[in-house]
Amino acid sequence: MITLLKNGRIYDPTSGKDGVVQDIYIKNGRIIAKPSATEKITQTYDLTGKVVMAGAIDMHSHIGGGKVNIARMMLPEYQETKKYTEPEAHVCTPSCSHNATPSATDTGFRYIEMGYTAAFEPALMPVNARQTHLEMADTPMIDKGGYAMLGNDDYFLRMLTAKKDQKAINDYVAWILNATQSIGIKVVNPGGINAFKFNQRRLDLDENNSHYQVTPREILKSLSTAVHQLGIAKPLHVHCNNLGAAGNFQTTLDTMSASDGAPMHLTHIQFHSYGTEGDKKFSSAAAQISEALNKNKHITADVGQILFGQTVTASGDNMMQQLNAKHANPKKSVIMDIECDAGCGVVPFRYKDQNYVNALQWAIGLEIFLSVEDPWRIFLTTDHPNGAPFTSYPHLIRLLMDKTFRNEAFAKLNLDAQAMSNLTSLDREYSLYDIAIMTRAGAANLIGLNDRGHLGVGAGADITIYTDQADREAMFAKPDYVFKDGELVVKDGKVVKVVWGATHTAKPAFDIAVEKDLKDYFDKYHTMQLDSFKINDDEISSDGRGSIIVHENKKASH
Amino acid sequence: MKPSINTTLPITHCCPACGLLCDDLVLNSTSPVSIKNACVKSVSFFEKAFAESTSKPSVAGKPTELSNAIQAAANILSKASHPLFAGLGTEVQGMRSIMRLAEKTSATLDHMHSEGTVRNTLAMQNSGWQTTTLTEIKNRADVILAIGTDIVSSYPRFFEKLVLNTDTLFNKPKPEVIYLGLAEETIKLPEIMNALNALMNAKNPLNKKPDNDMIGGVRIASLKLILEKLKAAKYGVVVWSASALKFPQAELTVQSITQLISKLNETNRVAGLPLNSGDGDSSVNNTSTWLSGYPTRNRFVNGHPEYDAYHFSTKRQIANCDALLWVSTFNACLPPDCEAPTIVIGHPDMQFEKQPDVFIPVGIPGVDHIGTMFRMDSSVAMPLKKLRETELPSLSDVICQIEAKLS
Repeated sequence: MITLLKNGRIYDPTSGKDGVVQDIYIKNGRIIAKPSATEKITQTYDLTGKVVMAGAIDMHSHIGGGKVNIARMMLPEYQETKKYTEPEAHVCTPSCSHNATPSATDTGFRYIEMGYTAAFEPALMPVNARQTHLEMADTPMIDKGGYAMLGNDDYFLRMLTAKKDQKAINDYVAWILNATQSIGIKVVNPGGINAFKFNQRRLDLDENNSHYQVTPREILKSLSTAVHQLGIAKPLHVHCNNLGAAGNFQTTLDTMSASDGAPMHLTHIQFHSYGTEGDKKFSSAAAQISEALNKNKHITADVGQILFGQTVTASGDNMMQQLNAKHANPKKSVIMDIECDAGCGVVPFRYKDQNYVNALQWAIGLEIFLSVEDPWRIFLTTDHPNGAPFTSYPHLIRLLMDKTFRNEAFAKLNLDAQAMSNLTSLDREYSLYDIAIMTRAGAANLIGLNDRGHLGVGAGADITIYTDQADREAMFAKPDYVFKDGELVVKDGKVVKVVWGATHTAKPAFDIAVEKDLKDYFDKYHTMQLDSFKINDDEISSDGRGSIIVHENKKASH
Repeated sequence: MKPSINTTLPITHCCPACGLLCDDLVLNSTSPVSIKNACVKSVSFFEKAFAESTSKPSVAGKPTELSNAIQAAANILSKASHPLFAGLGTEVQGMRSIMRLAEKTSATLDHMHSEGTVRNTLAMQNSGWQTTTLTEIKNRADVILAIGTDIVSSYPRFFEKLVLNTDTLFNKPKPEVIYLGLAEETIKLPEIMNALNALMNAKNPLNKKPDNDMIGGVRIASLKLILEKLKAAKYGVVVWSASALKFPQAELTVQSITQLISKLNETNRVAGLPLNSGDGDSSVNNTSTWLSGYPTRNRFVNGHPEYDAYHFSTKRQIANCDALLWVSTFNACLPPDCEAPTIVIGHPDMQFEKQPDVFIPVGIPGVDHIGTMFRMDSSVAMPLKKLRETELPSLSDVICQIEAKLS
């Protein structure tokens, strides 16, 4: 059975195709070369004039796991489906969704309806991995995967204090990837979540964790080296120290050098690009951050754009969330220490366009988007749900592609914030090709999904087809067709078939002897057995719905 | 029918008998049950599980084939417009299937122990909270304040595993344990919790009252001492059992506890630990939340989830529902009296005084089939093993078959 997508305009940055009119053939869920004349074409879609891209990939979105479920539980008021006749904030539009905590089912549906075919949970806590996978397994339509959080777990910090060699660290990191069925490693506020348990309230890049006497810089060096040497495609995913604090841009700049040139990804960098200039001691450092990103080719970043309206912030960074809790709106928050492994902080937020700080945060995110030159190293995220729900992406895309729309929105912001931003001097408008890079090709490349994010022969047939419209928000909100693994699953923005995506993992080899010390550690200090900690393949795939895809490591480099 | 052990004994096992989910049990034999690292709850659980049972599916009290019972259950649900699914003594996989059936039949969902769960949920939804988990307590806690609970009645191994342990990561001393408000008749927890919060504020007039004055049955001096110990703790833990707070508006007392913790955290580290009640309550609440967006008590109306912690209780719905589906797979907990047609799916050891319209015995999770359960601290989900071959279907098998027969 062969499906032909005929005459579409292809935007496929992996093969350098920028609006080329070309046919695509699909067989058994994959894109194939043009078949011989004798092979029967079962169905044909005439895509004349339509825009064709690979399915979009959200490389950072909190779609499942403990803190997301806590957010749902704490905020039943968010579940109501609201019809916005009056937009939440006049910089948003009525079609911006503000349901920040969708159920697993809704998460899958809303993603696929926007043409996204994969999303990655960036803060999978190893001890909570089973819950995260349970929730992702109940998320239909899309592929998923997780980045396991390390760097605040007592096991790892003990290793650093004991000056264990890099090989031992590598074995532990590889073991964690296997045990938690993850595809990448993340570190959140390196050392800080742990330090908070010893009542430290802030931790700078070169400041010691008071108990372990190790610095965030040492943690970053050790973990980025491990990820690199193991050949894991996805660079270490770094949520820097000092999230959200005025003046934190210096920490962010310094962090770029912490890996000694090994690749690192700095996530939701908008929240880490704040200066202390001006009367209110809060300013944009987007220029400095963007310049450094342009210069440091080993660094990639996603933005974590904020958009105005009600949302909730859900982070592993309980140290900084404890400080942020005073800004909670509505006034409630959950802060947790978890299993000598990590922590979490869930704080609802309402970003307001007339609030100086919020308005400037909005501008800072966009300044970074427009000032970073290489779209392959910057990614489109709102850090769902922290900056805004992922359903706001079409609105964000329009802000990037449409200067007039952007400047009109800017003109409605808090006036003091306007005075502190150079946004209107940035004339750049993203092209469809740029958008295809940052939401498809670049994301797949970053994570190491070799057969996703592009439309070449052999790729998984995750394909999204749009009607080219001047209103980019309308265009990206409602694709005409979405194919998942070659099956038509969305038509005119509505799901027509329910499918269950796969779970992407990386499973680097490791020395099994690592389990000897781990078992001893679990027996002495944990409240569960080592065997219960590990997630078996069957737990993800035995229900006949889920499946696991293991990605080959890049060639390990030593 | 006598289920046979298909596992080579001894086997290391995870015990679903309480919220601790101890997975260091070693089952040595099943008759008589012999378990290493056992407690009174685990022995009782496995003894009941391994007791020879002859229970068969029944319709109107008469034994019948499984397929007939499933058809009868489907008939009842097909005719119902607002059924109540209660009990819900199950784990994650079971709850997933129940949620699907609830969506199809516009059912209301409530767990048998939700009285306590809801008190905690309401407090969390009103102000949030600051909490911790078992491994943190084991390694860090130096002061434990237990409010209105002795802890051991619900968690027999709590002290053995988390308090009396000698191995800790940070060489801390054994924690001091303070009990507050165990004698329910004389001690008034709402007043005491308010007083503790008031005493945190140096300007509050309560601080000037004589130390020997009593509040809620406790001397002010004792309350001050509790606060001093918590303030001096490196890592204090406040434990409460919401199900033990059997007085009106108990959620306000939970909130008062969480506010005290929050205030203490402005300067030092203190965290809460809400206890659960078992029978899968934490598993059911979590699963319901990610699948529908809401914790229990919730319902589906024409496929849309709704939430109301007050109106959707078993107590209020039992008189209004037009069918009751009662589920209790870990223990043989019986359904409440209900005039509407009643389907019971549960533990093979169930003995009824009044026969339900349909009874379907099913396997016990962690004995007859695998499963996944949330521990009482909700951060850890544990895998349950299968111990024996059995003819008993699992709850999800039965629910799926009922779903397939709905007209």
